[in-house]
Amino acid sequence: MNKKQHHKDESTTNLKGTFIAVMILGIFILVSWFIVFGIFLSR
Amino acid sequence: MNDKVKDINKDDGKLVMAHMYVAFISLFIGGLMGVLQTMVRSGTFTLPFGIGYYQILTVHGVILALVLTTFFIVGFQFALMSKTVGMSDQQRESAWFGYWIMLFGTITTAITILVGKANVLYTFYAPLKAYPTFYIGLALVVIGSWIACFTNFRQLALWKKHHPGEKSPLLAYMVVINMLLWFIATLGLAATVLIQFIPWSLGMVDTINVLVSRTLFWYFGHPLVYFWLLPAYMAWYAIIPKIIGGKIFSDSLARLAFVLFLMFSIPVGFHHQLTEPGIDPLWKFIQVVLTFMVIIPSLLTAFSMFATFELAGRSKGYTSLFGWFKALPWKDVRFFAPMAGMITFIPAGTGGIINASHQMNQVIHNTIWVTGHFHLTVGTTVILTFFGISYWLIPSLTGRRLTKKVNTLGMIQTFVWMIGMFIMSGSMHIAGLLGAPRRSSYSEYGGSEQATEWIGYQISQAIGGSILFIGIILMVYIFFYMVFAAPKGYTEFPMAEVSENAEPTPKFLENWKLWIGITIALILFAYTVPFIDMLHHSPPGSPGFEDLIR
Amino acid sequence: MHLHKYERIWLIFGISSLVLFLVVLGVGAFYKGTQPPSHLATVDPTKVEEHEAFREENLGLRKVGENDYIVSVIASAFNYNFGKDDEGNTIRKIEIPVGSNVLFQATTTDVIHGFQLAGTNVNMMVEPGYINSLKTTFKKTGTYTLICNEYCGTGHHLMAFEVEVIDNE
Repeated sequence: MNKKQHHKDESTTNLKGTFIAVMILGIFILVSWFIVFGIFLSR
Repeated sequence: MNDKVKDINKDDGKLVMAHMYVAFISLFIGGLMGVLQTMVRSGTFTLPFGIGYYQILTVHGVILALVLTTFFIVGFQFALMSKTVGMSDQQRESAWFGYWIMLFGTITTAITILVGKANVLYTFYAPLKAYPTFYIGLALVVIGSWIACFTNFRQLALWKKHHPGEKSPLLAYMVVINMLLWFIATLGLAATVLIQFIPWSLGMVDTINVLVSRTLFWYFGHPLVYFWLLPAYMAWYAIIPKIIGGKIFSDSLARLAFVLFLMFSIPVGFHHQLTEPGIDPLWKFIQVVLTFMVIIPSLLTAFSMFATFELAGRSKGYTSLFGWFKALPWKDVRFFAPMAGMITFIPAGTGGIINASHQMNQVIHNTIWVTGHFHLTVGTTVILTFFGISYWLIPSLTGRRLTKKVNTLGMIQTFVWMIGMFIMSGSMHIAGLLGAPRRSSYSEYGGSEQATEWIGYQISQAIGGSILFIGIILMVYIFFYMVFAAPKGYTEFPMAEVSENAEPTPKFLENWKLWIGITIALILFAYTVPFIDMLHHSPPGSPGFEDLIR
Repeated sequence: MHLHKYERIWLIFGISSLVLFLVVLGVGAFYKGTQPPSHLATVDPTKVEEHEAFREENLGLRKVGENDYIVSVIASAFNYNFGKDDEGNTIRKIEIPVGSNVLFQATTTDVIHGFQLAGTNVNMMVEPGYINSLKTTFKKTGTYTLICNEYCGTGHHLMAFEVEVIDNE
């Protein structure tokens, strides 16, 4: 399934979970910001 | 490595504990004022003995935002410095001197508020005028904290002299950055208090320049919140990894984050003044851009924290994508309380980005959304981390053990806090979006339909506030139990080591002249032109209004 | 300084989001002109009624064009002064047709006040010595409460006024 090639130098530090966690955080920020921006535009 | 841990010196322990007593007594008084406010605002309760809503609001803000935080932080930082670089007798004496000045200032200000002569809230915006001792007391707190600053600077300088060519211990480096930030920021507060407020309140001058005083206040006011946050970051970066059985993800990234905070947390005060007259919107936007720069070190921190957790879990043999999450010591309050704080920082930080968003600020400016926001940041993220620190710091200073009982109580305390804050801050955020104002007593606004809608949310704020007050009673009990009643013994002062996979720390991170130089350059860039404009186009000054607050 | 591959991607993503926010705000502010209220005019706070905008007859709601209105207000502890009607009674409520362009301008004779029309983007600080102003177009009808959202003294929470946005028949 996983087509990605693992880089040798980073194989010691598997941070996939971290990556997914911070990306969820990033999306939360984006969505919240645009909700309030939507309120600003609608008023 | 010279980061080697010494046992904390007994005399240093006393110094730190002196700060902690003030902090936790403040927590109790300030918390009591907080719950009373939410009661008044729910419309179901009237304050007895002619005590005013704005008087308890002033006490709440001053004692929690200024006294509790400053005393806890200065004390905690002395503990870190004592552990990492040590403290000479002379340094300890100057630290005590600073402590007594801060305490004297606090008491002076507190008495002025209690006799009802300073109902000006903790931001004390002119031209509302308090009795002079309010400002003099605040000035003394700042001056006392400067003595702590210079004591910390001297501690690291002396260590470096004895350890030529070595990089400074991470925690000592962080403390010095935070104190540099504090010193540079409080210069603005000192300027407005000493040059504007004190002569004006004493009647030596008739009028005050309102916009200049607000600008100097907010030059201080934003780095103030980073002065609160950075000690929490110290614990996250350099202490939590030890507690979870891991290592510091990267020493250099931790230092880089702190340097970025120093540079970008000061030239951003206009984002608190976005809806004010007298400031060109171009300069407001420039400071908004700089504000967004200060988000970057927090993005870095988010990654470093998750990475620390993931690596610790993986080293214990958890291989699945999120398996490492289970490896975290969820039942250890030293981890759980700060972790609850970290999770809270996700909505808290997001709210901060929204607040600073230039014209979008009009949606939430001075609504109770803002109050909800900083009860998540300082009132949850920072304070739960401070509680998390206390569970090991206090017993390790008093030579007692962190017992299972304290651990359990601490876990309950954290849950209570999270539930109370979810209810209170959540309803504050929603009511704020509907337009409900902050810092206002109970009012039906002449029977307005909108105001009726807000009252429901004010009742849930009172419910959340009451739950939080239970949390405060619990925490104060835990504090005194750890000081006087817990069984004698040894409690570890946890300090983490850097991961062996981490890159070596580059030398330029210790180039203090460079970082201070850039910080000053950014401040001059962001403030010089608008400040000169403000002075050039000043309207006539304002006389004081002391009758409006009685 | 070496960054982990994922950390680089995360930082690029995060910083790009921040840049996106700033571009959206910047286009709004500098291209569409929705700057936050930042009026630069000054006034002697002891003589505001001598200023053109705040003379007795100019207070309150004034129609200045087909679809354009100016609302001038003097804030003071603990009241918003919208002037007097033709019969000499204090005005306690104004009505503005939906969709009209309204310029709010306000100043204070004493301390700092807030000027917030709850539930709208009308939200600005009113400070002694300055006139602040804000342009808006009301998109929805309804009754909005003007409140003071900056602490101004013991009666701060009593400062209120009613603004009704009505259908234009």
